[in-house]
Amino acid sequence: MSTVKLTVNGRAVSVDVEDRTLLVHLLRENLNLTGTHVGCDTSQCGACVVHVDGRAVKSCTMLAGQAAGSNVTTIEGLAKGDELHPMQAAFRDNHGLQCGYCTPGMIMSAVDIVHRHGGNLDEETVRHELEGNICRCTGYHNIVKSVLDAAGRMKVAQAAE
Amino acid sequence: MYETNYHRASSVDDAVAQFGKGKEAKFLAGGQTLLPVMKQRLAAPSDVIDVAKIKDMVGIDVSGDTVTIKGATTHYDVAQSDAVQKAIPALAHLASMIGDPAVRYRGTIGGSLANNDPAADYPAAVLALGATIKTNKRSLAAEDFFKGLFTTALEDGEIITAVTFPIPVKAGYAKMRHPASRFALTGVFVVKTKAGDIRVAATGASQSGVIRVPAIEQALKANWSASALDSVTISASGLLADIHGSSDYRANLVKVMGQRAVTAAG
Repeated sequence: MSTVKLTVNGRAVSVDVEDRTLLVHLLRENLNLTGTHVGCDTSQCGACVVHVDGRAVKSCTMLAGQAAGSNVTTIEGLAKGDELHPMQAAFRDNHGLQCGYCTPGMIMSAVDIVHRHGGNLDEETVRHELEGNICRCTGYHNIVKSVLDAAGRMKVAQAAE
Repeated sequence: MYETNYHRASSVDDAVAQFGKGKEAKFLAGGQTLLPVMKQRLAAPSDVIDVAKIKDMVGIDVSGDTVTIKGATTHYDVAQSDAVQKAIPALAHLASMIGDPAVRYRGTIGGSLANNDPAADYPAAVLALGATIKTNKRSLAAEDFFKGLFTTALEDGEIITAVTFPIPVKAGYAKMRHPASRFALTGVFVVKTKAGDIRVAATGASQSGVIRVPAIEQALKANWSASALDSVTISASGLLADIHGSSDYRANLVKVMGQRAVTAAG
């Protein structure tokens, strides 16, 4: 057992876990942040993607101990109170989800994509960049639409700040 | 995953000391291979020594005729590096095609080389460019480092601290990506060195892991062009065969990826 200290969605937390605990299990089972999902558990599907120090990573392929001292953002940390993050709003408006299982990972990856590419996003780039996130419902069409829509909204929001 | 003890090393010396204390310790960098393997219970290290946060283990340095990438530098950082893109664009391109974006944020060059997966990308670049692998104990030429499938010259407790690549005149990398795993079904790295040598390495193709491809090297030495490889035949003997592709298929891929790599190199 080790004590892992990290910041999750802006809150400093200290959790006692077995050393073999994966970050995703610390989030879900110790912090009850069940928005982050375990899909394939083999680092293929991306349902478990969270941001660690601003980078979108697969939390099923990282030990909790590796995240000690880091700043973690999960899907629960994106909205500002009742106001959805532009990416969340875009997924809702564009019907970017059906069953919703992959959605938290899709959104966390998509936010990272927009951060990296800024407004210079096109459909091909989004499809290529989303290759680490698997959706079995939508056929990706509306997910790609959502990401492109959100990229525009995030650009506007950034310009307004 | 079986129980294990996690240690975060503060320096290379500390990592080696911690490694020595463990019964069956393993070094952990990005963990993009080791952790999945531990989850499948195919590996059960008593201790994992995290080297990814050691300051001396991360960074890229271009000086004179070489590019040096420290062992725990991520694929993302290599792919994004202006210095690498300028000095050896094929190497930045290779890093940008490993796994997916989330994997590239975590996976490291040292981890990839130490694992020496027969379908990993970096071994092709290291062998074709004639890189030198620096460890906490010694420097190893690429030819002496790779010892077959998942096997290297590394000894217990030896850490890859950096990899130094000579800057070539030209280099290109092309791979047929496995659409699910994104590993190389076959990838070929072609190089024209400053001394005028032609070096070509293929990954994902051979039962012995990464290999040089003399037939392509000779053809390119005579004529550096994709069409020079039209008449080259690659023997399927000793090449991998699995549900994804026969050895004949891979033999043809070595040639076709070689042609694409030459075209990419310009």
